[in-house]
Amino acid sequence: MSLELKTNIPEMNGQGGSARGTNAPKLPIYLDYQATTPCDPRVVEAMLPYFTEKFGNPHSRNHPYGWEAEEAVEKARRQVASIIGADEREVIFTSGATESNNLAIKGVMRFHKDQRNHMITTVTEHKCVLDSARHMEMEGVEVTYLPVQQNGLVDLEKLKAAITPKTALVSIMAVNNEIGVIQPLAEIGKICRERHVYFHTDAAQAVGKIPLDVNAMNIDLMSISGHKIYGPKGVGALYVRRKPRVRLEALIHGGGQERGLRSGTLPTPLCVGLGEACAIAQREMGAEAERLRFLRNRLLDGITKALPEVYVNGDLEQRIPGNLNLSFAYVEGEGLMMGIKNLSVSSGSACTSASLEPSYVLRALGVEEELAHTSIRFGLGRFTTEQEVDYAVEQVVGAVKRLRELSPLWEMAQEGIDIKSIEWSGH
Amino acid sequence: MSYSEKLLEHYENPRNVGALDKSDRNVGTGLVGAPACGDVMKLQIKVGKDGIIEDAKFKTFGCGSAIASSSLATEWIKGKSVDEAETIRNTDIAQHLSLPPVKIHCSVLAEDAIKAAIKDYREKNSVAAAPEAATAK
Repeated sequence: MSLELKTNIPEMNGQGGSARGTNAPKLPIYLDYQATTPCDPRVVEAMLPYFTEKFGNPHSRNHPYGWEAEEAVEKARRQVASIIGADEREVIFTSGATESNNLAIKGVMRFHKDQRNHMITTVTEHKCVLDSARHMEMEGVEVTYLPVQQNGLVDLEKLKAAITPKTALVSIMAVNNEIGVIQPLAEIGKICRERHVYFHTDAAQAVGKIPLDVNAMNIDLMSISGHKIYGPKGVGALYVRRKPRVRLEALIHGGGQERGLRSGTLPTPLCVGLGEACAIAQREMGAEAERLRFLRNRLLDGITKALPEVYVNGDLEQRIPGNLNLSFAYVEGEGLMMGIKNLSVSSGSACTSASLEPSYVLRALGVEEELAHTSIRFGLGRFTTEQEVDYAVEQVVGAVKRLRELSPLWEMAQEGIDIKSIEWSGH
Repeated sequence: MSYSEKLLEHYENPRNVGALDKSDRNVGTGLVGAPACGDVMKLQIKVGKDGIIEDAKFKTFGCGSAIASSSLATEWIKGKSVDEAETIRNTDIAQHLSLPPVKIHCSVLAEDAIKAAIKDYREKNSVAAAPEAATAK
């Protein structure tokens, strides 16, 4: 894995493809960077010594093995803190953003619910936030699920109106995992601070992609993921503000590590990997964002120039550069995925589930169900090349054209029949 | 999810894609499913004087399993009598394509499409016929 990735390094900042000396990109092409990212080879390199010779327990205080592991973990903590403008003492290592979100929501609400038993979140959050909120409802917490606007962003007036004297926590994601839209974090933080409500943000898709500053944005808790930023899977972090102090209950009890908020021996190699991933992202964010914006626009332009009735889901401006979520009217998403099998993308359609329900995020934007069924998420990232994007355009355009010829809905649209005028049987 | 070779072959090379003249008395049209559910099949049959289905065409909006199921359905009903075509069961289609459990509904839809097309054909050819909802008009 690391060897193979090393051969990709020269392409990372180049114009792409030429390093391979051939016109055919290696298949399948990975375009699902919001699902996960490969470890950057530099991250793997930093981690390796901590599996073997530097294997000490970072909590062992009595010998050099422990000290060198502790030193490595603390360096990583500084690296994580640095990318979000935090103090290193405010960073707690976890197993990933899912755990961080659970800890933030359950931890804060369990601590405060006797005085303030209300929290606010949005309907487009990741399942681990929504499910944690649902779980807290069972423990007596009242939860407000804010709707989002058609562009995927929260309405700040609605947020203000939802805050009551009983509100302890607002949890709103920084960047949406399906449509890549960036919520107005600074504005939300300002409102929360003024109303003395904690602001938690799930920043799994945001860290390393957009500049974040917990102080400028008045963020009190922030969830961070390793594997979304070219770090390892199985590690993440939770930022917990010290001043003014955020009080929360731990979920995992034991040796009292991580300020008593997350017991358990820290996985030194994973912490080192997360730290290194943050350090690289912090250095390269600007240039990488510019490169990805160019590639994303090339993908969008290439597709929309060749195909009519393609719609962008979510705001195109307030969006991370590596995300493109498109609906291809009259072509079902899963059928389309089979037609572009050399592209590893995600479908917003969930025809495989018994419910046949399309993405709840797209539905929350008001995207009609028939259009939600036609959506594909393209995730571009650090190792995506221009040549891969061009290949993707060619594949998508070809498959959509073919499947539209096969689509009774496309036929009706061409004949001028309004699909909504038909009394569908359903099944 | 892994798909059978037969399914992929039908998806890559679907048989009998197209449309027949809906206004033709000998053509029966079935339109089943719903865009909001992510599956719509349109299946048409053309019946000869001897009651044999001499041509069949389909168009499908849906996943690969739905496309393959309807393609297979048209292939199977061609050359059969209307009565014979009516006996095709979704389980036969599902078995032939080795559909995974979550895709069984695609074969159900294909069976429904055959039946809807036959129903439309019969209604057109009987005096007491009344047009039914969810058949193409």
